[in-house]
Amino acid sequence: MKKNKRSLLAVPYVVWMALFVVAPIIMVVVYAFSTASGGFTLDNFTRMGTYTVIFTRSFKLALIATAVCLLIGYPLSYIMAREGPRFQRVGMMLIMLPMWVNFLLRTYSWMSILEKNGLINQFFSAIGLFDLINAVFGTNIEYFHMIGTQGAVVLGMVYNYLPFMILPIYSVIVKLDNSLLEAARDLGANSTAVFRKVIFPLSLPGILSGVTMVFVPSVSTFAISRLLGGGTQMLLGDLIEQQFLGGAYNPHLGSAIALVMMLIVIVCMWVMNHFGEGEEQAVML
Amino acid sequence: MKKLVALTLAGSLALGLFLTGCSVEQVSSEPNETVSSSESGADTGDRVLNVCNWGEYIDESLITQFEEETGIKVNYQTAESNEALYSLLKSGGANYDVICPSDYMISQLIEEDMLQPLDYSKIPNFEKIDTRFKNLSYDPENLYTVPYTWGTLGIIYNTTMVDEPITSWSAMFDEQYAGDVLLINNSRDALGMALYYLGYSVNTTDEAQIREAFQLLSDAVSKGVYQGKVMDEVFQKMEQGNAAIATYYAGDYLTMLENNPDLAYVVPEEGSNWFVDAMCILKDAQNVDEAHEWINFLASTEANLANMDYIWYASPNAEALEQYPAYYEETYGEPLDMELYEIMAAPQEVLDRCEAYLVLPEATRTLYNDLWIELGL
Amino acid sequence: MSLQKKNGVLNRLFMGLVFLFLYAPIFLLIVFSFNAGNSSVVWKGFSLHWYVELFQDRLIMQSIYTTLLVSLLATAIATVAGTFASIGFYAMRRRWRDPLMTVNSIPMMNADIVTGVSLCLLFVAVFGLWNEFAENYRLTFSLFGAVYRITFPRLTLGFGTLLIAHISFNIPYVILSVGPKLRQMDKNLVDAAQDLGCTWFQAFWKVILPEIMPGIVSGALIAFTMSVDDFVISYFTAGSATSTLAMAIYGMTKKRVSPEINAVSTLLFVTVLALLVIVNVREARAEKAAAAQRFD
Repeated sequence: MKKNKRSLLAVPYVVWMALFVVAPIIMVVVYAFSTASGGFTLDNFTRMGTYTVIFTRSFKLALIATAVCLLIGYPLSYIMAREGPRFQRVGMMLIMLPMWVNFLLRTYSWMSILEKNGLINQFFSAIGLFDLINAVFGTNIEYFHMIGTQGAVVLGMVYNYLPFMILPIYSVIVKLDNSLLEAARDLGANSTAVFRKVIFPLSLPGILSGVTMVFVPSVSTFAISRLLGGGTQMLLGDLIEQQFLGGAYNPHLGSAIALVMMLIVIVCMWVMNHFGEGEEQAVML
Repeated sequence: MKKLVALTLAGSLALGLFLTGCSVEQVSSEPNETVSSSESGADTGDRVLNVCNWGEYIDESLITQFEEETGIKVNYQTAESNEALYSLLKSGGANYDVICPSDYMISQLIEEDMLQPLDYSKIPNFEKIDTRFKNLSYDPENLYTVPYTWGTLGIIYNTTMVDEPITSWSAMFDEQYAGDVLLINNSRDALGMALYYLGYSVNTTDEAQIREAFQLLSDAVSKGVYQGKVMDEVFQKMEQGNAAIATYYAGDYLTMLENNPDLAYVVPEEGSNWFVDAMCILKDAQNVDEAHEWINFLASTEANLANMDYIWYASPNAEALEQYPAYYEETYGEPLDMELYEIMAAPQEVLDRCEAYLVLPEATRTLYNDLWIELGL
Repeated sequence: MSLQKKNGVLNRLFMGLVFLFLYAPIFLLIVFSFNAGNSSVVWKGFSLHWYVELFQDRLIMQSIYTTLLVSLLATAIATVAGTFASIGFYAMRRRWRDPLMTVNSIPMMNADIVTGVSLCLLFVAVFGLWNEFAENYRLTFSLFGAVYRITFPRLTLGFGTLLIAHISFNIPYVILSVGPKLRQMDKNLVDAAQDLGCTWFQAFWKVILPEIMPGIVSGALIAFTMSVDDFVISYFTAGSATSTLAMAIYGMTKKRVSPEINAVSTLLFVTVLALLVIVNVREARAEKAAAAQRFD
């Protein structure tokens, strides 16, 4: 069969995409611009000013989580890549393994750790830490307030999405051409210079794809904020979920929020990829 | 050829998904006379029933018992709150036959023509329902509902974590307990308690009053009074002493008390809500006969006794309500603490302080929704 | 790469801490699945009680079955469809391929909640129209004198929509991992095979498929992982009567949480751990054998 005929193989999937990728997004757009009775409206967008707080909170927390993931994930990938092959294999396996335990379960486990009567507080009071603090500072603390705070939400994001940061960075670093590093050293670069001028720029594609894979789910999560934020740290995901299946039914407003969130994320990605000179090597897993 | 393969694949998939339920039945030789057995669920196979109830709201052995007695497979689901149930129904995500919403939500569903009138001849146990719970304002002619439970909303608190007994809704906004208070996660109850505290009616449609109530909540939120917004998460939090004060329902308090004797319950002096949750059948239900059987089964005195014993919500079944103390004594070999019985089935003087929620006009409902979202900011 | 130096104590310590962070909560889940009491904080003695409960819990067992079924079906369909689609894409001109690849990457780039919500809106809108049609329209026809009536089923969100959603978000991952393998393949191989008398299908079966097999396998693995792990998209597309394990767990976290949850995660964890160990040991052995052969 000729090549151009072979391209017909993609036709069923193109139809599928039209039905289940493009059409749903058109539905979101239609809902976002209409009222319950079906008329055209821009109300859903003008009302969004009220939710600026949630937008900023979501982006702030997601950015912090992404930064923390990068700060932990990059060094870890780097260190990991210097280990022997056997160690590397086991190490990567250990990093992927938690992803197979459902993320809700892992997040739920953090709940019991961070609760007021949770393990951390029980441990601290058992070793007399609170008595010590109270004696030294004259305060009257009985426990650390952790659950229901923004810190807990960020912790949940970092915990859940850290492997998404490590995997792409690691797979880029591990493939770095050794002769490049040797060449740099031979040309007189010290190890900081080698890292700054060679390793880091070459691992940028991994970083970019890691950042994307952590940022997008963080900014749109609703389960993590619900479990660890106790419903008081509402994020964009919660806001959208509330309008569809939660306690404030309004799919039109929900669609508008989803649409705006999608656009902001796309713009962010575009800017970032531009900044990374459009590296197409988004390495997945 | 490969195109054929892929197309057949896609095609058969689509066919499989969409046409599995297509039923062909013989209508008889004369076109206008139907031989078909029943209007709903013409398939002769398994009888099923899709039920949606609240969490922790049934003695689960009753489901098994019903299934064994009738051969109907019960698909038992739970929803979180009236508002979430409404979203589920509206968004088309739900496929329920029987639901069990509270009074004000029932009015709203009737108003929006989402329920179907019941055939009370199939529900003989309806007679046993106390007349107090018939023809209530949400269903004035009692065409759509059979009451399931009733009770009050109040404050549950941990006596070891507060300084003095709580009697007023003010505790829910008190900075003194910052970080130890749980806010109930539905707009009606949360704004309701603020309205009571301010001395307004919970059924007010006055925007200024509602906004004032919202302001009260919102100030408390910004002072960090609330540890979180919870519905059934409250069990875990209160039983394990992770929070000191919460607004929740009397029946659930009694369940928590079994696991944590330090808890106390009060219907605040400003008054509170008394509610009836009733079973109804959705307009587009597919298993109407099964739904009637289910409702009748749950309205029986035995089922009500078992349920009361398990979930601690008062039954609207007059016999069951009267027999319960004796039933308790027989089952556990010790008399029922009448104080507990009165928390479960609030006496008239408590009910006099309480008000039932009425359905709010649409504009007010929208306001509630908007304010509720705003509270999460 | 060999980055010259080996790791010092500090580096190892750092790695240890990260692993502790990753595994402490899982370890806790596992420990408390054997707790006799129902608390996830207070230890009341060893018991297998929650495992017994778990196997009697209809909701959980049913949701495990649904999860496996939907993941397997979606993976199989997505792998086949994705492989053909990538071959098709690969044969296209850039002008066509590039925009299509962009659309293809939408489900991967989009936040899950947007994908879920948008599919939910679509399904509900289409089903709304369909149900109206089905209720008011019945097809009757007569055959051999008897009159038959076809009643159209009412459509609601359920397993079908769940499966469609899973296939939709799985295919892009398959394409993503098959695509590079196609690009690496010698473009002339297929032509050569066909010149030598192969039909296209034979060429596909004997030449293309073996070349891209690793890509297909890893694509299928990723797709399966994504399906099993998915919560958000399922949550919006499965409707009320169907529930995947993740949805069941979410439902449970909203209520009084039973340690059955811990038992589920322990079983999951142990299964996956065992699988990974087996795979790794076999790989290591194969490598060793290959190395040994080289020395012979």
